Amino acid sequence: MLSAVLAGFVVAACAPWLAARLGARTGWVLAVLPLALTLYFASFLPRIAAGESMLFQYAWIPGLDIRLGFLLDGLSLLFALLISGIGTLIVIYAGGYLAGQRDLGRFYLFLLSFMASMLGLVLSDNLITLFVFWELTSITSFLLIGFNHEDKTARASALQGLFVTVGGGLALLAGFVLLAQAGGSYDLSMLLSQGEAVRGDALYLPLLLLLLLGAFTKSAQAPFHFWLPNAMAAPTPVSAYLHSATMVKAGVYLLARLQPVVGGTMEWFWLVSLTGALTLLVGGVLALRATGMKRVLAYSTVMALGTLTLLAGIGTPAAATALVTFLLAHSLYKGALFLCAGIIDHEAGVRDLREMGGLRRAMPWTATASIIAALSLAGVMPLFGFIAKEALFEAAVQAPELGTLLTVVAAVGAMFAVAVAGLVAVRPWFGVQATTPRTPHEAPPALLLGPLLLAALGLLFGLWPGLAEHGLLAAAASAVHGAEVVPALALWHGFNLPLLLSVAGLLLGLLLYVQWARVQALLQRLPLERYGAERAYEALMTWMVDVAAWQTRLLQSGYLRRYIFITLATLLLVSGYALATRYPVWPALDISDLRFHELVIALVIVLAGLAAVKARDRLAAVAALGAAGFGVALLYVIFSAPDVGITQVLVETLTVILLVLVLFRLPGYVNTSRGVIHVRDALMGVAVGGLMTWLLLEARNVKLFPSISGYFIEQSVPGGHGHNIVNVILVDFRALDTLGEIFVLGLAAVGVYAMLKLRAEDRR
Amino acid sequence: METVMAFVVGGLYAAAVYMMLRRSIVKLVIGLVLLGNAANLLIFTAGGLTRGAPPLIAEGALLPDGAVADPLTQALILTAIVIGFGVLAFAVVLIHRAYEVVQAVNMDKMKDTDT
Amino acid sequence: MKVRHSRILRTAGDMLLPLLLLFSLFLLLRGHDLPGGGFIAGLVASAALALYIFSRDMRSARQVLGTDPRSLLGVGLIIAILSGVPGLLAGDAFLTSEWYTVPLPGGREFTLGTPIIFDIGVYLVVIGAVMTIVLSLAEAEERPWKR
Repeated sequence: MLSAVLAGFVVAACAPWLAARLGARTGWVLAVLPLALTLYFASFLPRIAAGESMLFQYAWIPGLDIRLGFLLDGLSLLFALLISGIGTLIVIYAGGYLAGQRDLGRFYLFLLSFMASMLGLVLSDNLITLFVFWELTSITSFLLIGFNHEDKTARASALQGLFVTVGGGLALLAGFVLLAQAGGSYDLSMLLSQGEAVRGDALYLPLLLLLLLGAFTKSAQAPFHFWLPNAMAAPTPVSAYLHSATMVKAGVYLLARLQPVVGGTMEWFWLVSLTGALTLLVGGVLALRATGMKRVLAYSTVMALGTLTLLAGIGTPAAATALVTFLLAHSLYKGALFLCAGIIDHEAGVRDLREMGGLRRAMPWTATASIIAALSLAGVMPLFGFIAKEALFEAAVQAPELGTLLTVVAAVGAMFAVAVAGLVAVRPWFGVQATTPRTPHEAPPALLLGPLLLAALGLLFGLWPGLAEHGLLAAAASAVHGAEVVPALALWHGFNLPLLLSVAGLLLGLLLYVQWARVQALLQRLPLERYGAERAYEALMTWMVDVAAWQTRLLQSGYLRRYIFITLATLLLVSGYALATRYPVWPALDISDLRFHELVIALVIVLAGLAAVKARDRLAAVAALGAAGFGVALLYVIFSAPDVGITQVLVETLTVILLVLVLFRLPGYVNTSRGVIHVRDALMGVAVGGLMTWLLLEARNVKLFPSISGYFIEQSVPGGHGHNIVNVILVDFRALDTLGEIFVLGLAAVGVYAMLKLRAEDRR
Repeated sequence: METVMAFVVGGLYAAAVYMMLRRSIVKLVIGLVLLGNAANLLIFTAGGLTRGAPPLIAEGALLPDGAVADPLTQALILTAIVIGFGVLAFAVVLIHRAYEVVQAVNMDKMKDTDT
Repeated sequence: MKVRHSRILRTAGDMLLPLLLLFSLFLLLRGHDLPGGGFIAGLVASAALALYIFSRDMRSARQVLGTDPRSLLGVGLIIAILSGVPGLLAGDAFLTSEWYTVPLPGGREFTLGTPIIFDIGVYLVVIGAVMTIVLSLAEAEERPWKR
C-alpha cells in the first residue's frame, strides 16, 4: 500500500527523462502506472464490498511512536479507483493533447505527483499525513494551473487557486489539531468511533468551522467558488482531472469522511446543507451567464460540488447513498465532457459556445461520447446520471428539516443541469456548420479513448445499477454514514415525487436552453464584476499588500537606533509585565555580607561605565572601558573564578589593542542629537538597567530546576581525569559546545580577514 | 554582595543601552563592549557568588574540599568572553568598512546605501 | 604600523616573547588540573605575539608563528574534531573522552586523554583567530585606509 502511494512520486521524478526519450509515446508508457494502480485497487473490491475495512500501518519514526497509516474502506476505495482510473485515461489523453509541447516532461512530473498526492490524501489514516497530502495537491494544482507560465492570467489564476486552497488548508490544520484533542487520536480509524466525544467537546463549534473552511475552500463552495473557473487556465486534461473529477472533490471527501465523527448535529446540518444549496444556485446561474465552453463546465462543476455538499449536510442514509452515487456519476460525465471540450478546442480551435455549431459531421465519435455524457448530466432515463438525480431528489425529500427548500433547490439544480447539458452537447454538434479557425477533423485515438470509455461507463452503470451498487457504492455509502446502508439503486422506482420532479426539471431545462441567448444577455447585466466574491478576494489581497508595506515602512525604517529602541521597549514591556505580575513585591536588599574592597571595585566599575558614557573623546572612552573591564576581572577572581578572571584580563588587553587599531581611524566624536533625545535615551537606559537589576534580585530567590553543576563537580575526577572542573566542563563534558564556539571564533576571524582583504582587492 | 552586584549590572546595562542608542558608530561599539561585560556579570551573579572557593580539586582528592563556586556558569562565561572578542572584532571591522563606503560616522546617513 | 625604535621596548619584547610562549604552553598543559587551559593559553600566546608586533614588526611576528595564522586556525579545528573520533570508534557519542594509560619506567603511570588533544586544538584556534584579526588589521593599517 505504501509503495502504491509513493510509486507516483517515483515515476513522476523519472517523467521528464522519459518524455525526452519517448516523445509522443510518453503518455501510453506512463499510463502503465495508473493502470497498474487501478488493477491493484480493484483487487480489493470483493473484500471491501463484503463490508471489510482495512488498515495498513508502517512504522515511520518508531522511537516516537509515529506511524504511517492507510485506511481502505468503501469511501477511500471509491476515490482511489476514480483517481487511478480516470488518471490512466488522462495520462493517455494528455499525451495526444500536448503532443509536441517541449514541456511535456514537466507536465507529467506535476500530473503524476498530483495523482500520488491525491491517492495519499484519500487513503491516509493519520490526520497529519492527510494534511500533508492535502497541501501537496494544492501545490501541484498551483503548478498545473500555471503550467503556461508565460501567460500572465494563468499565473494570476494559479496564485489565486493556491491562496484560497492553502488559506483554507491552514484553517484545516487548526481544525485537525482541535479534532485530535477532542477525539484523543490523530488516527481516523480511532476517531471514527469517537463521534460522541467530539460532538460533546466544548470547542466543537470552532472545530467544525475550521474543518468546514478547509473543505469549502478546496471544494470551491460559495463564496470561495471563484477560483475554480479561473483554474481553467490549466491545460484541459488538468481541468478534467483535477478541477472536476478529483482534487476539488477532496473537500467533499473530507466532509464525507468526517461526517460520522463531527456530523449529525444541527450546526452541521444548517452550515453544510445551506452552503451546498447556495453553491448549487450560484454555480447554476453563473454557468448560464458564461459563454466559454470550459467556463460553463467549470461552473456546472461548482454546481455539482454544491449538490454533493448539500447531500453531506443532510446526513441520512438516503443522502449518503445519493452522495456516493452522484459523486461517481459526476466524475464520469464531467470528465468526459471536459475531454470533449478539449478535443473541440484542439481540433477546431474554438472555445466560445457562440462560435460553435454543426461539428458532428467532422467528429462523429467525439460527438457521440459528448452527447451520451451530456444526457447523463441532464439526468435522462437510461443513464447513470438519472439514477444519481433520483437518489438526490429522494434524499432531499426525506431531509429531516428544510425538506421543501432543499427539494426545490435540487429541482432548480436539475433544471440548470439540463440547460448546461444542452449548451455543451447540442450547440457544438448540431445546427449550422460554423466556420472555425482550424478545419475540424476527428481526434486521434489517444484523445478519443478517455471520453468514450467514461461515457460508456455512465451508460453501463445506468443500465445495470446493481453493478456499481454491489461492487462498491453500498460499502462507500456505509462508510459515509458510519453505519450499514442498503442503497437499492434502480432505474425505475415507479411514479413518485422524484420522477415528477425529474420530468419537470427536464422540461424547464429545455425551455431554458432554447431561450439561452436571452437569459445569458440578461444575466450578463448582473454587476458581478464589481460586487462578486472575486472582487472581495482582490480587495483582500490589495489590503494585505498595503498592510505589509505600511508595517515594513514602520518597522524597517533603516535606522539602527530605532530597531534597538523597539527591541528594548518590547523587552521592557514583556519582561517587565511578567516580573511585575509574578513578583509584585520589591525584594529585600540584603547587604549584610558586604566587604569594603569589593564595594570599592563595584563603584569603580560603575563609575568607569559612566565615564565611558560621558567621555568627550574616544581615547578617554576606551581607557574608561579598560578600567571597567579590569574591575570586572578582579570581581571574577575575588568570587572564585580564576580562569574567567585571567581570560577577562587577556581579552581586555586585546580589546584595547583592537579598538586602538580601528577606532582611531574613524573621525572623532560629533554630537548630533538634541537634548530631549538624550533624556529619552537616558531614561530608556535607566529603565533597562533597572529591569536587569530587578531581574537579578528576583532570580536569586527562584530556582526552577535543580542545578546540574553537582554532577560536574562529582564526576570531574573520576570521569574527567581533571582537577580543574571548569576546564573539564569545557573540553570534556560540554566539548561539543566548545567545538561550536571555536568555530564561531574562527568564522569571525575569517570574516575580518575577508573584509580587509577584499577591500585591498577592490582598490586594485 | 549579590545586591550590590545587581546594581553594578544594572548600571552597566544602562550605560550600554544609552551608548547604543547614539548615532555615532564609535559610541555604538563602546556600548557593545559594555553590554558584553554586563551580560557576563549578570550570568555570573545569577549563578551565585562564593568567596575563596574556586572550582578546583586538590591533587589526590576525589571531591573538592567543601562547597565550591558554580563551575558551569564559569565555563559559560569563559567562552562567552572569548567569543565576545571575536564578534566585537568582526563588528568593528564591519563598521569600519561601512564607514569607508559611506564616509559617514552618523549612522542615519547609512540608511540608503543599497547601491 | 610605524615601527617605534624604542630600544627598551624591543629588548623587553625579545626577552618576553619566548618566556611568554613557554608560559602559555605551561598553562595549556596544566589546564586540566589548575587554572589555565586552551583558551587562556591561546590568549597569552596571542598577547605575547601582539606585543612582539609592537616591539618589532609584523614580519618578525609572522616568522615566529612560522606559518599563516589562518593555517593554525584550520589545523586547530581539525585537531579538535579529530579528538572526537576515538569516542566514535569506541562506540560512544562524538567527542566522548577516551583515556589511555601509558606505563612509564619506574612504576609511574602517565594518563593521556582525548580532552588534552581537544584543548590543544582550542589553543591553536584561539591563537589562529586572534592573530588573523590582529595581523590583518595591522597590515591594513600600513596601507592608507581611504580610497
